[in-house]
Amino acid sequence: MNERTHSVIGLPRRRVDGRAKATGQTRYADDIVMPRMLFAKLLRSPLPHARIVSIETSRAESHGGVHLVLTGRDLPISYGILPVSQDEHALCPDTVRFVGDPVALVVARDEATASDACELIDVRYEPRRTIADPEDALAIEEPRIHAYGEHGNVHKLAAMQFGDIDAAMADADEVFEDVFFYEGNTHLALEQHATVAWLDGDGKLVVCSSTQTPHYLHRALAKALAIPAQHIRVIAAPNGGGFGGKSDPFNHEIAVAKAALVLDRPVKITLTREEVFYCHRGRHPVLMKFRTGVKRDGTITAVDLQTLLDGGAYGSYGVASTFYTGALQTVTYHVPTYRFRGCRVFTNKAPCGPKRGHGTPQSRFGQEVQLDKIAERLRLNPAELRLRILEHPDALTANFLRVRTIGLAECIRRVVAASEFDTRHRRMGRGRGLGLACSSYLSGAGLPIYWNEMPHSSVQLKLDRSGGVTAFCGASEIGQGSDDVLVACVAEVLGIEPFDVRAVTGDTDLTPVDLGSYSSRVTLMMGNAAIQAAERARDILAAAVSRKLDVPASRLVFAERRVFDSENPDQGMTFRDAVCAAEAMSGAVGSVGSYTPPKSEARFKGGGVGPSPTYSYTAAVVEVEVDESTGWISVPRVWVAHDIGRALNPVLARGQVEGSVYMALGEALMEEQAYRRLPPRLSNALVHKFPSMLEYKSLTSLDMPEVFTELVEDPDPAGPFGAKEVGQGPLLPIMPAVANAVYDAVGVRVHEVPITPEKIVKALAELAGGKPGYVGPASFPDIAWPEALMVPPPWEGGTGQATNQRQREKPSGAGAPRR
Amino acid sequence: MIRLPAFDYYAPRTITESVDLLAAHPGAMLLAGGTDLVPNMKRRQQTPPALVSLAGVAELKHRSFGGTHGFGAGLTLSEILRDDAVRRECGALYEAAAQVATPHLRAMGTLGGNLCLDTRCNYYDQSYEWRKAIDFCMKKDGERCWVALSSPTCLAVSSTDTAPALIALGAHVVLVSAAGTRTLSLADLYANDGMQYLTRRSDEILTRVDLPDQAGWRSTYWKLRRRGSFDFPVLGVAAAVKLSADGTIEDARIVLGAVASRPLVSERASRALLGGPLSDEAIARAADLAFAIAKPMDNTDFALVWRKRVTRDFVAYALRQLRGDDMRAVRRQLTRRSLAGLHY
Repeated sequence: MNERTHSVIGLPRRRVDGRAKATGQTRYADDIVMPRMLFAKLLRSPLPHARIVSIETSRAESHGGVHLVLTGRDLPISYGILPVSQDEHALCPDTVRFVGDPVALVVARDEATASDACELIDVRYEPRRTIADPEDALAIEEPRIHAYGEHGNVHKLAAMQFGDIDAAMADADEVFEDVFFYEGNTHLALEQHATVAWLDGDGKLVVCSSTQTPHYLHRALAKALAIPAQHIRVIAAPNGGGFGGKSDPFNHEIAVAKAALVLDRPVKITLTREEVFYCHRGRHPVLMKFRTGVKRDGTITAVDLQTLLDGGAYGSYGVASTFYTGALQTVTYHVPTYRFRGCRVFTNKAPCGPKRGHGTPQSRFGQEVQLDKIAERLRLNPAELRLRILEHPDALTANFLRVRTIGLAECIRRVVAASEFDTRHRRMGRGRGLGLACSSYLSGAGLPIYWNEMPHSSVQLKLDRSGGVTAFCGASEIGQGSDDVLVACVAEVLGIEPFDVRAVTGDTDLTPVDLGSYSSRVTLMMGNAAIQAAERARDILAAAVSRKLDVPASRLVFAERRVFDSENPDQGMTFRDAVCAAEAMSGAVGSVGSYTPPKSEARFKGGGVGPSPTYSYTAAVVEVEVDESTGWISVPRVWVAHDIGRALNPVLARGQVEGSVYMALGEALMEEQAYRRLPPRLSNALVHKFPSMLEYKSLTSLDMPEVFTELVEDPDPAGPFGAKEVGQGPLLPIMPAVANAVYDAVGVRVHEVPITPEKIVKALAELAGGKPGYVGPASFPDIAWPEALMVPPPWEGGTGQATNQRQREKPSGAGAPRR
Repeated sequence: MIRLPAFDYYAPRTITESVDLLAAHPGAMLLAGGTDLVPNMKRRQQTPPALVSLAGVAELKHRSFGGTHGFGAGLTLSEILRDDAVRRECGALYEAAAQVATPHLRAMGTLGGNLCLDTRCNYYDQSYEWRKAIDFCMKKDGERCWVALSSPTCLAVSSTDTAPALIALGAHVVLVSAAGTRTLSLADLYANDGMQYLTRRSDEILTRVDLPDQAGWRSTYWKLRRRGSFDFPVLGVAAAVKLSADGTIEDARIVLGAVASRPLVSERASRALLGGPLSDEAIARAADLAFAIAKPMDNTDFALVWRKRVTRDFVAYALRQLRGDDMRAVRRQLTRRSLAGLHY
């Protein structure tokens, strides 16, 4: 087949699911209505931490219209997204760990009846001490929120070192030491989680849910319900937004599945907005400390990073989140020596997990704000500093991450030029400023959640005499456009129109496994699998056409819904006739393709977090206006350039960039998953401060600035048609760019998000009093770190393995476990 | 979703019928646009046995002109915004109505409903389950005020935008009950108590808002909230001045919203402006005096110290606008848009 330009890829197209969404035809999980369907409500804990003494359900059970009440006794098997954190129960059997933890499920003829019956359940609790924040968690060994973990309420400690950190710091001309705090925030997807479960005609369980990860939900259901996975069908309904908030298996999903099994009737649950705040799994609040050694020319000699994550009440993805706070510092700028130590604690709050950027925005914020300070001290333009220290293409980093293409230099040049950064930065006058920051992100996690050697994504194609092609894949459409990517890749290879391809996705009965819509993995992994499947189908058709036309298969071209001889384009047949020829020649026509990421070179413990087939890069410039009297912050303009490798559908790619800017500005300026602790002498209460869309502040359309988006396209050999991710990376540079712009505008250094007018006013008052204008945390606590894994970097002859992996000791001294 | 509790529903056609229903059904509440009451009922903040809907009472939509302005309490905020005379002569009302909630809510919400809006508090505007987790508060189902533990009264915040504006415009309201009709100044409709925040009796209906002749007056309303849409005020400043031909202030009213359980008229700030022009010094003096009475508490968005602090700035913005300064850039930064020419 000859090289030719693309006819689908790279062209701006209406997404394949756009029509249904715009017309209301899309059936989200809550839109499903079935005959004999019942409705479920969860009774949730009003206490942040307590032992359940007893649950009396008889009054609720005898309430008119109630069909079933389930409690923890009915669902005794624990589950969790990570094999190392199987710490959740669908209904708490003995302990509640935050306000909102479910203790019972009521199934009734309608929601109102189920809600009323929840009030009739008598739960006796024995309150336990409230662990409100990391300070509590580090200080209080007993009670423990969980019986597992490092010790006390410390869930996870990680420590790893790549090279001689002390020597590298000593080698620096200057060492910068800064602490930062990144407040937690939540996904705020418009669709509230919903699940419908029923038994199919043959008695098998079907669970249809708003989930980003049907495959992992499938596994969790099989475990928690003790039913073989092959007897469960999970359908991922189209998600009205996910952003990481629908990628854990959830208690409501398992509980209604159990109810459907018991009752043999369809059961639906739709969470309220408040309950969605309790599902959470959002951004971890992270306190961090960066020590960075630099030479006078800006070259980094070493980075030493510590992070402290407030994990909330359960493990969720938290172990991975912990490693992610330290994983990607090295793939953007060249860091020859690196130490990372991370600590995650349990607290009595809704569990944190993965939100767009998973664990990396927090430390990215710290690193990029610190670089702005470094540039200023070294009297370098912040863009110039970054251009000097960029990591190189195809580099193997100190922590053994393999970088592929890097379009970041071009991204920086584009946003600098478009924003006139060089002539306006530091020259805009009081109250106005520009800030620049960069970032990088995974194009798919290199390792699956659970250990296995199978493909991460598979695609199956069915072709038949109609001329239509159906593409099956386990990926779930969460609004990001994965169905469109699937259709586009198949149509491109087969030379047909996207409209000729039907996508069937996210259904464990019908579709081959894809691990899910998380870690920006779907375009790259599913796309590569789709290309492989389509190429195999093309070969099958080509063989038949070749025989029929007596033209060598190598001369055949698939384009414009035809298969024809490249040397004699009139000699050919329609695509449909080609399928018929193949079907006649060798029977039913189908093909499969799959994708497995390359093996990582990071072979030390914890090295599984960070590797990716390739990384995307982003640069952003943000303009702010700050009123010096009120501290009021306005963001009139944002310029963002993203190294996407290749944009498969530029309309969707730009949408992802703009959506990232939107979400990022919310995090930068106002969003807070904040809690209210009542005075401990009066109450144990610890509640989410405002679990509503009215009082949890995120941007409205009126608050959006003008966004100037540039897509930098330099196809990456690892990606389908050269594509890299775009769903998460463009969010990352915005928060630090806002902070850096605020400094440019009013001289206040901002080391924490959200950046609010109150904080600006306070810092401006300090500045006026001759003190440094500073917004941020005062210090990082002393944590009893374990001995670090010692991994010599590649340039010191390292092999990717730790030299002391076996001898690693538990920590001793303060914060050590009591025995 | 959260389901409404059960209630009886009445749909009268006249004011007389409405007040008779109220009198006959103790505990019944009035339903106008429902944008405040319905979510509150879902959260079990109010669980009236009966609702008397005012949607079908045509008299409440009445609008009268002729020097003075009369507004039926059932006019929606969108209808107020589409009223050219409001835009021309009642700047504060127009600007306040334009900044209430969102277009959808303004299309439903009424002027009377906004004036009678329940007071708000982050400990109170929560679901029943949430409030249970803090063992409730004195405004509903509990004993204590969690905002200020020693407070004998509820500190929930008056969050109406139109009330400060209409008080600045000199509004009176008409209350009708089965027992008769009374008129009182709008300022007197309110009491500084988060629970008993209205002097309206439960058997009365607020039927009309009357404004005196606005000739010679200029007015404006400035609202502080986090975002360009949706949010309740965490500070509102309404200001009206009557200027003589040479620019001397003959009369002035400065009213603060959302810094107490009722709109606060700053008599001292208003008086301080009289007899001189709107000079920078006069504006600063008035801003200081208004600032002094603002008592924000830690029960809304934003930190209370900052909310009090920026009262000065907002009073100054309002007075500078009345002086004729071009405040469009400041307004745009705060509201994220121009307020001119809204029709919904």
